[in-house]
Amino acid sequence: MDLLQIAIIITKIIVLTFLVVLPLVPVCVYFERRFSAVIQDRVGPNRVGIPLTLLGFKKDFHFFGLIQPIADGLKLFLKEDFTPAHVRKVFYWMAPVLTVVPALITVCVVPFGSPISLFGHCEKLVIADLDIGPLFVFSVASLSIYGITLAGWSSNSKFPFIGGVRSTAQMISYEIALGLSIIPVLMYFGELNLSNIVQQQADHGWLLLPLWGHDADHTLTSKLLFWFPAAIAFLIFTISIFAETNRMPFDLPECETELVGGYHTEYSSMKFAMFFMGEYAAMVIGSAMIITLFLGGWSIGFGLDAYVAKLHIGDFYFGGFIHMGCFLTKLIGFILFFILVRWTVPRFRYDQLMKLGWVVFFEAALINVFLAALIVAAPELKTAIIGIGAVLLVVLTAAVIWVAKVSEETPKVLRA
Amino acid sequence: MAVVKLQRPKLNFGEKIYFGALIKGFFLTMTHAVKSLLGKSAGAESLASSGLGVTMQFPEQRWDDHLPEYYRGAPALVTDEQGRERCVSCQLCEFICPPKAIKITPMEIPSDDPWAKVEKRPLEFDIDMTRCIYCGMCEEVCPEQAIYLRKDYLFAGFSRAEMVHDKKRLYEIGGVRVGLVNKWNELK
Repeated sequence: MDLLQIAIIITKIIVLTFLVVLPLVPVCVYFERRFSAVIQDRVGPNRVGIPLTLLGFKKDFHFFGLIQPIADGLKLFLKEDFTPAHVRKVFYWMAPVLTVVPALITVCVVPFGSPISLFGHCEKLVIADLDIGPLFVFSVASLSIYGITLAGWSSNSKFPFIGGVRSTAQMISYEIALGLSIIPVLMYFGELNLSNIVQQQADHGWLLLPLWGHDADHTLTSKLLFWFPAAIAFLIFTISIFAETNRMPFDLPECETELVGGYHTEYSSMKFAMFFMGEYAAMVIGSAMIITLFLGGWSIGFGLDAYVAKLHIGDFYFGGFIHMGCFLTKLIGFILFFILVRWTVPRFRYDQLMKLGWVVFFEAALINVFLAALIVAAPELKTAIIGIGAVLLVVLTAAVIWVAKVSEETPKVLRA
Repeated sequence: MAVVKLQRPKLNFGEKIYFGALIKGFFLTMTHAVKSLLGKSAGAESLASSGLGVTMQFPEQRWDDHLPEYYRGAPALVTDEQGRERCVSCQLCEFICPPKAIKITPMEIPSDDPWAKVEKRPLEFDIDMTRCIYCGMCEEVCPEQAIYLRKDYLFAGFSRAEMVHDKKRLYEIGGVRVGLVNKWNELK
């Protein structure tokens, strides 16, 4: 590996992780506050800006309060970093780091745009073009459970502890649904490399919007047929991501009404800010994954991608940056959806959450795998076999629903 | 105590799968969002909103014009039409004041003063605005109608001393009030 390549990799790490994803976190916080305000007929933070009136000018610059996150960060940075005497110091210090770092590591497989090329040298807009993209994301992202669990345990206090235990149970439960739900997607693309998955979607239509790029291998009927398992997978995956990132309506690890502040009750200053950051970074990465797998990643769609990829000034093919802009737009859009959900859906009860994960999503994802397999394999099978498969699937579904219904605990009548 | 058995509501399938309610919720919140962005939230007009939600944005916009007649702002002393300070230092307000915010030092009016027969006036009249609770009892108890709660409400200072309104400041806020008690006016 020569020096140039190392330089390129370091540049990509710095630019994509620290100049693209990390700034998205404060932007998220800003949107969270403004959007929630607007939903509740309020104004939200719109004042922080450059106080030119202090310097004798007529007007302040507010920028719609866009500088608010910086002020927030500065405040957290300047606060007293208090470590209670009763905590387990090593784990207490380790926990915030363990929530932030995994979320930022997963950035490396997310394709931000189509390849750009300069002087004939082609470079993909992804830090590490791994062939096991989603698996890598799941394996690394699940490390952040340790952060929250350790935070809860090392705080040596009951509410953080309960929060930590809750989050462990919740995140491990939903990882199953998360992993199973994308199997149909991976079967359809026959690919685990996220860049190639997005390229396929750019060429033949997004998974949830397959309206262009039809050819012999990708007929419109087959794509529309696969839309159904894809939609189910999208639903399960999205809701599981909500649970995985501890967002409303599944933010039981930190629900204020029951657990004071949950696992970060004992944290202050920058350590608290790191939990905050980890949570939002996880949200950003979660949205990025959803977009990459289901909504075409950086693809603009409608067959425009090939045209954009060819745009160039001399030797410099800059289409990738346009695609990156498209990706970030989608990302912000999805983050706004996350926020909308938070301020719309009330929090679940813990048993409801567990039931949703284990009884509903786990089974639904499994059945969806079979359904997707049947649809993917259908063109190569005889009609009779398809029929048998369909009947089996229906029987299986009915059986699962029956078991779920029977196993449901009916409240015991205490007195007749 | 009678036992009341509560029956959990029976939900039909649509209610059980929860999605209908979710969509409804999204519509509700988005309607609120769009309306508040357009400045058409319910009540925006009557609350004189700034055009974003129902909120009035304070330093630029104020509620002053909408203050009701009975609004209780800062207490202040008033003078009458002859420029005489109405307060006669009876100290009733000082005694009634629940948080003990008022402090009066009385003073005898010298005999060569045109208002000598009033006998007393305050030498010092301090109201500690960090204590005042704007209850209006001073106004109610005053036999001379010398102290009134005005509609001023913006008081801030960098020190406690700054927050104590002395006599001069109180008259500044209060100004002149005419046509009330006229028992000291010989012309009438």
